[in-house]
Amino acid sequence: MRAYEVWIIEAETKGIKISEVILQNQIEELEQSEPVLIERMRTNLNVMRESVQAGLVGKRRSLSGLVGGDAAKVESHREKGGSLVGEVMSGAIAKALAVAEVNACMGKIVAAPTAGSCGVLPAVLLAVEESRQVSERELLMALFTAAGLGMILAERASVSGAEGGCQAEIGSAAAMAAAAAVELAGGSPRQTADAAAIAMKSMLGLVCDPVGGLVEVPCVKRNATGAMIALMAAEMALAGVKSAIPVDEVIDTMGEIGKQMSCSLKETAQGGLAVTPTGRRIQADFL
Amino acid sequence: MGKSNVFDLLGPIMVGPSSSHTAGAVRLGIMAKKILGDEPVEGTIVLHGSFAKTGKGHGTDLALVAGLLGMNPDDERIPDAPKIAIERGLNFSLKAGDLGDVHPNSVKFDLVAKNGGHVQVIGSSIGGGTILIREINGFQVEIKGDYPTLVILHQDIPGVVAQVTLLLTTAQINIARMLVSREKRGAQALMVLETDQRIEEAVLDLLRKLPRINQALAIEPL
Repeated sequence: MRAYEVWIIEAETKGIKISEVILQNQIEELEQSEPVLIERMRTNLNVMRESVQAGLVGKRRSLSGLVGGDAAKVESHREKGGSLVGEVMSGAIAKALAVAEVNACMGKIVAAPTAGSCGVLPAVLLAVEESRQVSERELLMALFTAAGLGMILAERASVSGAEGGCQAEIGSAAAMAAAAAVELAGGSPRQTADAAAIAMKSMLGLVCDPVGGLVEVPCVKRNATGAMIALMAAEMALAGVKSAIPVDEVIDTMGEIGKQMSCSLKETAQGGLAVTPTGRRIQADFL
Repeated sequence: MGKSNVFDLLGPIMVGPSSSHTAGAVRLGIMAKKILGDEPVEGTIVLHGSFAKTGKGHGTDLALVAGLLGMNPDDERIPDAPKIAIERGLNFSLKAGDLGDVHPNSVKFDLVAKNGGHVQVIGSSIGGGTILIREINGFQVEIKGDYPTLVILHQDIPGVVAQVTLLLTTAQINIARMLVSREKRGAQALMVLETDQRIEEAVLDLLRKLPRINQALAIEPL
């Protein structure tokens, strides 16, 4: 089984970034050249950018009518100078909502790691891009860092809400985005691990309780939650704050908690917000 | 989950909202069309389990029709699939039904082709956009669409399988997986071969000329 710690040690020994270790690993495992893999990742980045732009316009509504237009509200609030939390945070909230709304409205997105959690990673990376000078190459490499951590999450635990609850989807996305943000901001390989661990710990136990079984309520807003936790964790790790529990152990714990979680709280719409009086009413009205 | 790669975690690029209920549904439609082997003009679609219960909110119905029209999971015309179906002359109907002891995300297609051909396909969306075709015309199969696939309807007598594999050997086509099922001993049987190499039309023609072979169809991977 893979371990993130192995990659950190390799990066530290060779004096390279964690993304370079992951890229090399994938060149070998997929038997494809670096330019081919970089190009495939560029396609992902471009679709991420398009989905942010499409969502910020906010014209579309989801099939149920429950979702749409909130990203545009947050964007407009900040543009008017009303942001309470500042440019980066507010920008990330708007972008996370934007991509998740596009997904709910049957627009085109990149699953990251899933469709339901597709807003977290683009929101965090593109908000960081707006706040400091980063090259496209750096963004692409940060995506390799995120995806590499995602491989560990998928293999040691799960990235499926049906298997592990929301912690496995938004939680995984937040951990991936935290690690990527640290690398993008110039942090060390060890700091990417601390950020991922802190983000994942903040999401442990979160249940998957979609109203009507749809990827709308509370999924869209939880993408903004995931982006905030990722930025918080990256900020702490970059400042030198360490995670007491190493990232691989946190990931294993997420998997264990997922197994212990009741089935009613794992994407079945039989518990949590889905069975509140309002949740039931929404389901009855629509379905 | 087994060993993954970076593009399993960042991807697929798809139209939302759900990899299983939307992207997987498109791929089921595509596979059903490939198995039919021609443009469908009539389609009866039965949605089972979670596909029936939450399909409307996930656009599962739109996605299945989009697949029958040959659209890919990242095609932004998926929400307009019903309109496009009418323009292209595909008559379709959707209904909820019980397909028995199958995966919760399952669907049955009854399709009629432009050339008059007819096929019945049952398939499931088994997670993350991955699909599995479970039944073709009543025969149990297991087709994921990750390999070039050969589907052969033949008579269940000794030697037919050997003839087919010999021909593939001559054509330098390696078999990755193989499954044989039959109605009953000596009756009609179905052979599904997943191969490492693409099956050229010339090879397919030779296969069709073999004795005891009723039908042979090559399906390109998704």
